[in-house]
Amino acid sequence: MSPLLELNALEVHYGRVQAVDGVSIRIEAGETLGLVGESGSGKSSIGRAVMQIAPNSGGEIHVDGRLVSTSDRASLRQLRKTAQMVFQDPYGSLNPKMTVGAIVAEPLEINGVGTRESRARRVRELLAEVGLPEDAGDRHPHEFSGGQRQRIGIARALAVEPRLLILDEPVAALDMSIQAQILQLLMTLQKRTNIAYLFIAHDLNVVRHVSRRIAVMYLGSIVEIGPSEQLFANPRHPYTRALISAIPSIEPGKASSRQILKGEIPSPANPPSGCRFRTRCVFARERCAAERPVLRQAGNTQVACHFWEQIASTTGDAIKIEERL
Amino acid sequence: MTDASLAPSRFSGTVARLWLAASRNKRLLLGGSILVVIIALAVFAPLIAPYSPIQQDMQARLQAPSWAHWLGTDHLGRDTLSRLLFGLRPSLISGVAAVMLATLFGSLIGVAAGYAGGVFDAVVGRIFDLLVAWPAIFIAIGMILIIGPGPVGVVLAIALSELPVFGRVARAVTLANLNMGHVEVARSMGASPARIMRRHILPFTVNPLILQFAISAPAAVVAEAGLSYLGLGSQPPNPSLGMLVSDAQLYLSRSAYGAVFPIIAIGLLVLSLTLIADGTQDILDPRRRRQLR
Amino acid sequence: MSTPLIEARNLRVAFAHSDGEKFAVRGISLSIARASRVAIVGESGSGKSLTALALLRMTPPGSYISADALRFEGDNMLALDEKQLTAIRGRRLAMVFQNPMSALNPVLTIGQQIAEQLRRHLGMERKAAEARALELMSLVEISDPVRRFRQYPHQLSGGMQQRAMIAIALACNPDLVIADEPTTALDVTLQAQIMALLSRLREELGMALLLISHDLGVVAETADHVHVMYAGQIVESAATLELFDNPQHPYTRALLKTFRDLEGPVGVELTPIPGVPPTLGRPIAGCPFEPRCRFATDRCRAEAPALRTVNTDHQAACHFAGSFSAEVSHVPAA
Repeated sequence: MSPLLELNALEVHYGRVQAVDGVSIRIEAGETLGLVGESGSGKSSIGRAVMQIAPNSGGEIHVDGRLVSTSDRASLRQLRKTAQMVFQDPYGSLNPKMTVGAIVAEPLEINGVGTRESRARRVRELLAEVGLPEDAGDRHPHEFSGGQRQRIGIARALAVEPRLLILDEPVAALDMSIQAQILQLLMTLQKRTNIAYLFIAHDLNVVRHVSRRIAVMYLGSIVEIGPSEQLFANPRHPYTRALISAIPSIEPGKASSRQILKGEIPSPANPPSGCRFRTRCVFARERCAAERPVLRQAGNTQVACHFWEQIASTTGDAIKIEERL
Repeated sequence: MTDASLAPSRFSGTVARLWLAASRNKRLLLGGSILVVIIALAVFAPLIAPYSPIQQDMQARLQAPSWAHWLGTDHLGRDTLSRLLFGLRPSLISGVAAVMLATLFGSLIGVAAGYAGGVFDAVVGRIFDLLVAWPAIFIAIGMILIIGPGPVGVVLAIALSELPVFGRVARAVTLANLNMGHVEVARSMGASPARIMRRHILPFTVNPLILQFAISAPAAVVAEAGLSYLGLGSQPPNPSLGMLVSDAQLYLSRSAYGAVFPIIAIGLLVLSLTLIADGTQDILDPRRRRQLR
Repeated sequence: MSTPLIEARNLRVAFAHSDGEKFAVRGISLSIARASRVAIVGESGSGKSLTALALLRMTPPGSYISADALRFEGDNMLALDEKQLTAIRGRRLAMVFQNPMSALNPVLTIGQQIAEQLRRHLGMERKAAEARALELMSLVEISDPVRRFRQYPHQLSGGMQQRAMIAIALACNPDLVIADEPTTALDVTLQAQIMALLSRLREELGMALLLISHDLGVVAETADHVHVMYAGQIVESAATLELFDNPQHPYTRALLKTFRDLEGPVGVELTPIPGVPPTLGRPIAGCPFEPRCRFATDRCRAEAPALRTVNTDHQAACHFAGSFSAEVSHVPAA
């Protein structure tokens, strides 16, 4: 049974900038893969490349076993029936001049699905499914709050009954209490319809909560990928460790044992040679500059680090990487 | 928030709100009233005008206003009032029709250029630059040489000279909206360029284009008057306001009335259009709206 | 005990509107002592940013500030004129904003912007100001300060810009720094760096810090005392540990529960707070949180709860404050 989504050594280049540099991912039906990274990691570009709004500069995208290619129009049509995207900005992604009903029905119209009446009916169903009031369809986006707009975006994405939803930072712009509402909605939807999610976010806590598997990205490639609980309990890649330890926490005392990365993320137009993380990694050696690490098995996760075993043997939080101390 | 008493339909929200704002705006009300009167006079000219605009009466030349001729007569004894009423038509038509043509074609070309970018956009941009650089007079003379004098030439000339303005407005709106999230969303759903332009770009051009229309209309009326004054517009004996002025100019020493009345008429028309333009800006331009509060 | 740096009593911020006044901050009272670390936590629409701006008297045009008292180091802020206010801002009271790109002047180099503070407020000569500016840049850990001195804001990364803004804020060694969501726009690893920097500098220079944030975690790590705002009011106020251990307002409890749920593993049911916060608007008769509160009664709708003391230095504005147990989901006896 072929996976719902398969990316093989996908590359996305914007001119000289290599946003995504060889990423391979599989998502099976009904599962959620979280894709985590900071700015410049390329995580958003992956989602956009799948939806064909970012250039596919190398590698392959397979949806339901079929290769997606711009020269194969039928494959594009199938892509859009199988996968849809929920965008980050609930304010810019909804056309203010259209009614909510028209916005939600648009994917159906574009793909020539159903008649006017059947589409109207489907819109009402969708609005109810995402928890919006019945008369929402006649109103305009500006009458709704950020959280409600995001629900509209989700309703729109669900219109064609896709089997995969690519969510690009779906809750980043929302208050925490509203974030919880939207996440709850997404989880309920998944339970009911067995839809798969590619959940792209920078907030580790949010991603952890909805994903069984998480892939951590840094500067265009995956540095670690594995079951989310495993990743949190026992992160192997130095970047993952720093990321997890950087999460602000209510637990007292966490701040003092935090591992703080030095420096800043290098420009994607000019990545470091070998391992791209080496300029900020305390464990970096010569081999890291010379040879780019590939993902290798480490228990039931995969890590892209030459020295993961040695690093793993040192205990986690007790390391004070912070320079000044 | 939408007014609960309005029936939910696609348009009633925005249009009703604008209508409400419009009815409160003094400039719009004043300008609108004057314009409505002028249009009515022009439309009903055949019924109201006391005489035929082309009937000559050599016994009654260059008379001052009297009960027989309310605004006096011209050098051929034709009733000034009647000529004025009929003369309103070319001004209105040329002014308004010319600008409408400019809006229609300018916006279509502008949106296409903005969307396509590249060579097409560059070429269109240079053509616009050329048209803007040439005064309407030259374009008009060019037109006249090609198709002969008359109102058609004037309308086309004015339309051509105003077209770049609308084109640039439409293009700017297009460029601004291309980066908007909802355009990207539409693309990700597989929308065709035609659909994107129609649903996700054109609606945003409406307000700026209306604004531009309101601003260009008075200028177009003045341009028409100037071109008719030069004899390039309506040909004798059909009257137009500009021509009335140029006719009267030769006999100013004997009777100023022939020039004064058409000038006042042009002035009133331009005034009403300018008031409407200001009022429209008050309502549509978001920056002005904020100041008013 | 010395005079508190900031003392605000019944501070209100309202906006004029075509249909009457709309309140964004509805009468809050707080005080900030020297060298203390205070945080105001709340979601969007809570009025927390406006409160910070009101303390500097920098609220947007079209707004009104009123208060029973608004004092900075004993001076009545409401009575000062623009000239006196300008002398205080930047010199004794500084602010770090959320979006450095919009707060920094794009046409001046960052070195110039830091030096300008020193020259204007401390009257330093140009060379002395520039030397001190370089020192400040090293202090905030801007790498290669000599080169960066001549760079413009757009040439710097987000983290560098934020550090530059902190340098400008600290230039004259103010008594109080107000940081409004200083790290919200930054990546989480950068956030950790910047917050650590702020903490360290605060300690070294002995200034007070007022942190405005929506992130409970950042607040927990940085502040000694927390005020929770909702719909323009302070609904709970306590020392940090006390607040997180023993929240006595339903909103605080719900927020904490959501935060802890999100920290939890996959698949745990979230119990989000239903509804949305109220928008800027007319005065509210009863408790502002009542429509979303699971413990709400008729009394809550009719009568606005006043802040009542539930413990040392711990107040909550709820009719049932003091009756909630440590377990966040416990329902109090009616």
